[in-house]
Amino acid sequence: MQTPAPFGYERATSVDGAIASLQRLGPEARIIAGGHSLLPMMKLRLANPEHLIDINDLVELSYIREQDGEIRIGALTRHVALLKSELLARHFPVFADAETVIADPVVRNRGTIGGSLCQADAAEDLSAVCTAVKAKVVIRGAAGERVVGMEDFHVGPYQTAVGAGDVLTEVRLPLRPGSGSAHEKVERRAGDWAIAAASAAVWIAAGRITDVGIGLSAVGLTTIHLTRAEDLLRGQAPSEDLFAEAGAIAAADCSPGADGRGPIDYKRHLVGVLTHRALRRAAARAASQEA
Amino acid sequence: MHYIREQVGLTGTHWGCDTSNCGACVVLMDGEPVKSCTVLAAMADGHDVRTVESLEVDGQLDPIQQGFHERHALQCGFCTPGMLMTTRALLDANPDPTDLEIRTAISGAICRCTGYQNIVGAVRWAAEHEAAARREA
Ligand SMILES: Cc1cc2nc3c(=O)[nH]c(=O)nc-3n(C[C@H](O)[C@H](O)[C@H](O)COP(=O)(O)OP(=O)(O)OC[C@H]3O[C@@H](n4cnc5c(N)ncnc54)[C@H](O)[C@@H]3O)c2cc1C
Ligand code: FES
Ligand code: FES
Repeated sequence: MQTPAPFGYERATSVDGAIASLQRLGPEARIIAGGHSLLPMMKLRLANPEHLIDINDLVELSYIREQDGEIRIGALTRHVALLKSELLARHFPVFADAETVIADPVVRNRGTIGGSLCQADAAEDLSAVCTAVKAKVVIRGAAGERVVGMEDFHVGPYQTAVGAGDVLTEVRLPLRPGSGSAHEKVERRAGDWAIAAASAAVWIAAGRITDVGIGLSAVGLTTIHLTRAEDLLRGQAPSEDLFAEAGAIAAADCSPGADGRGPIDYKRHLVGVLTHRALRRAAARAASQEA
Repeated sequence: MHYIREQVGLTGTHWGCDTSNCGACVVLMDGEPVKSCTVLAAMADGHDVRTVESLEVDGQLDPIQQGFHERHALQCGFCTPGMLMTTRALLDANPDPTDLEIRTAISGAICRCTGYQNIVGAVRWAAEHEAAARREA
């Protein structure tokens, strides 16, 4: 049997209550959302929190809505809701692309966007998606609320800007015209983590790429934000040659490790191809939106 | 899952990987399939939990159970409780699923014996018999 170490448990009745509990119980206390990363890790003794603060009753953290020029997603929104959201499908189809290949439908009934981002596993898909669409996250702590861009979110392997006493409450996706986005992933079998995955978002106006975001999963110590390829693309007219060049930069700028999912040269090649495909599909979607 | 098996004594829910990979332990929580090894009993408090034991009513098997029987959709039976609950939930939400939809629904459940083909057949059998029963009703 896989048994976690003993731990205390309480149910939060409000976000501020959860933060107060985190403060009171100290750094050995953890939020539990879907539990689909944390509980297996506790059973394998890779995590040993002394207290769990369950936020599943905080239905006020479960929503996807449009407000003030942004799509706002509550931290407790589950994968299945992201997959089925028409609002997201209209503005950021990259979410549906990713959600059809994240884990399996039963896991998707429980896992949340907040848990995925806070877990910050380098192989996790939504971090790459949020990096590509230039999301911002709202983090609330004892000192109040702050908004952090994805470029400042990952501070190291499995480490994010969310501190021990903080709760991630919301993900914000700025809405800008002419956008298109896509996620491309290769996995060993259905429901598995990526061998490599690439997320891309482009914003196109008057035939030029005005802005672009690219995030990679599973090919580094943390999610990779491809700034060098983004710089190349900005201001250019979209073309196959340009996207191939961006793919070549992606293959060079990622830092995969060799493991059961494949050797390094294979993963680099894969990243190049997936980045190229994600950009091609994102640009095509942007073009169809423009029309 | 350990609570269901050891405290409540309902051992129909099987205990496989214990880390949310195999799908043997699936139960319905408020009608949705979840991997019960990865939901703490305390987290399920106040929610409606249905295990495989709930399928048979007064000696009458659920159509999904009959389908597994008719289409020989199990050999050792280890994966079966999770498969039954996962596919019961599928048919509740989507009474006429395609083979691909069935395969997607069970993609988080591992069967070492059947090769899945007969499980897909069993779900189709149940879907067709439930549709026929609805037409008659
Ligand atoms: C079999 C399996 C396959 C999977 N495959 C994939 C895959 O292919 N791709 C993929 O991207 N993911 C995959 N996952 C992970 C899945 O997406 C998880 O749902 C996700 O990683 C964690 O979400 P959760 O809500 O369950 O988080 P939890 O396990 O509850 O929490 C994870 C961490 O985040 C913290 N946390 C959670 N919510 C908050 C919050 N609001 N504020 C502050 N801290 C918080 C917790 O304290 C914990 O440290 C898989 C999981 C399983 C079990
Ligand atoms: S025992 Fe729960 S998924 Fe394997
Ligand atoms: S029947 Fe043996 S594992 Fe499925």
